Amino acid sequence: MNSKTIGYIIKRLLLAVVTVWVVITVTFFVMHAVPGGPFMGEKAISEAAQKALEAKYGLDKPLFEQYITYLADIVTKFDFGPSLKQRGRDVVTVIADGMKTSVKLGVIAAAIALVVGVVLGSFAALRRNSIIDRIIMVLTTAFVSMPSFIMGSFLLIIFSIWLGWLPANGASSGGLVLPIVTLSLSPMAYITRLTRSSMLDVLGQDYIRTAKAKGVSRMKIIFGHALKNSLLPVITYFGPMLAYIVTGSLVVEQIFAVPGIGRAFVTSITGRDYPMIMGTTIILASLIVIMNLISDILYKIVDPRITLE
Amino acid sequence: MSKILSAQINLDDLLPATDEEKAYIVQMRPSTTFFRDGIKRLIKNKVAFVSFIIIVLVTLSAIFVPMFWPYSYDAMLGNVPGQPMDASYNNLAPFEYSKTETSRIEAGESIMPHIFGTDNQGRDYFIRVVYGTRISLAVGFFASIIVLIIGMTIGSISGYMGGKVDLIIMRIVDIIYSLPDMLMVILLASVLNLTLGPVIEGTVLEDIGANIISLFIVFGVLYWVSMARLIRGQILSLREQEYVLAARATGAKGGWIIRKHLLPNCMSVIFISVALQIPSAIFTESYLSFLGLGVNAPMPSLGSLASDALNGLSSYPHRLVIPAIVISLIVLSLNLFGDGLRDAFDPKLNV
Repeated sequence: MNSKTIGYIIKRLLLAVVTVWVVITVTFFVMHAVPGGPFMGEKAISEAAQKALEAKYGLDKPLFEQYITYLADIVTKFDFGPSLKQRGRDVVTVIADGMKTSVKLGVIAAAIALVVGVVLGSFAALRRNSIIDRIIMVLTTAFVSMPSFIMGSFLLIIFSIWLGWLPANGASSGGLVLPIVTLSLSPMAYITRLTRSSMLDVLGQDYIRTAKAKGVSRMKIIFGHALKNSLLPVITYFGPMLAYIVTGSLVVEQIFAVPGIGRAFVTSITGRDYPMIMGTTIILASLIVIMNLISDILYKIVDPRITLE
Repeated sequence: MSKILSAQINLDDLLPATDEEKAYIVQMRPSTTFFRDGIKRLIKNKVAFVSFIIIVLVTLSAIFVPMFWPYSYDAMLGNVPGQPMDASYNNLAPFEYSKTETSRIEAGESIMPHIFGTDNQGRDYFIRVVYGTRISLAVGFFASIIVLIIGMTIGSISGYMGGKVDLIIMRIVDIIYSLPDMLMVILLASVLNLTLGPVIEGTVLEDIGANIISLFIVFGVLYWVSMARLIRGQILSLREQEYVLAARATGAKGGWIIRKHLLPNCMSVIFISVALQIPSAIFTESYLSFLGLGVNAPMPSLGSLASDALNGLSSYPHRLVIPAIVISLIVLSLNLFGDGLRDAFDPKLNV
């Protein structure tokens, strides 16, 4: 790692920290622009939550002071205050509960997207312009531009209403299959296209020709030389993929009634549970920012030739 | 004729061309402009051309069908003032008639069929889908225009000024660019819906609805950055061209140079990215509508129609399938058309 790479990493880290801070600040002040303030919007707020909030953020104090308290609580104690709708529970507890299911959902979906995408992409590249290649390209075009809620609804109609193979409720056993498939289809299609084009690029390189000329076996060329190098661009997609899965899970968990963080978020929006909205936005946003940071730095380390400016 | 010296002009060279000589340099092919050339390439591209036809058809029907269709998008057909409520209008299957209508048909009247049936409040579903398409297209179009105006202004200023201004603007762009857009959109939309309501009450804006206006604001705040980056990059390379230097030498001011020399040369890039921005705006709108943050009821949008259909999904799957197909069709054909535009008008970008 040379000094240029380290300089890049430091710059990128700084940007990530600033971004997270901007997210927290924007979220806080936007929420306080709501008539009556974020903690007093609703009548049905529980007595205990109201008291806890007042004590905690000093709701009578100036806005800026409340902001400092909110920021300090997040940074030092990772505390986002109590939820307004779920009595007696902290925002962090509610989020942690939902995260268990959502992380499982997201990680499996990402893994499937990655494996299937890379395999299909390499396959399409190696059989360029064949019927299979054409079919793969048409299908991936359709999947990339189909919104996740439409994909989810179609899968729901086909597999649980018409065919009755899989449950429509995400909380029942086997109920996570459809949400996982829904979430993985679009990133999978994207990775397929990405792998295909970079594989085609790599296969045209001189070192592949040299390897062929030396008499290296086809398998060894594909797995030893071509695949390894064509996977590089896929690393850059990790960040956007996570962003897609997070936003996708909001609707997918809604459609399939999965008890995860996405559904908790949507419920908190419709129920105007402001501390929940703030907390979830900040945590999910930070997650995406961190993932983007990691995938950018990883890419830079793996392939130092690339300048990501 | 005496010998011509090297510094001497041969006056014969300056004679007008004879007809014979003119015929010699006649054009083999009519000259073409950049624009016409691009159109030709675009028409040759079958996928893009078909997509274009689909977009035009969908847009025209979204504009004109509501004008002559006998039903309106918010009329509950079973609920006519002065007559008893006819609940048989609710939840009609496609091409089915209600009791009142059946009796009127038997009396010899001809009645427009409900092509897609009706919804649970007895509203004609076909016109709701058409109207929803109109709203979605309009939102996508205007959101892209807003993004274009803001991004173009800031991007060209940043690119042309350079130096400190450019540095500051680009840092802001970097930060907004790395914000997770969808989450910010949801956050802003959910808050703006509440705060805008009282502000716009009684004005013209109320007809459009707080939700759509907040959608536009969100787009204006968040999505201009990629447009600004794109235009800045273009301007940076264009402003070093000699004709800009020439313009500056003749005393042209910055604003004039940007408007008359730099922006027209970025036109193809701008067009392409607007064409690709529209589907993403439609996508975002339908996503927000699906989460209940989109257009205000009873106004339909494709996303809110799909979302409403989820409740009666097992009995009336067609109510979800129809708007879903329309959204996918619009987004897909706009994307393919945008790709075609890029291939036709910007050979440099062609990967």
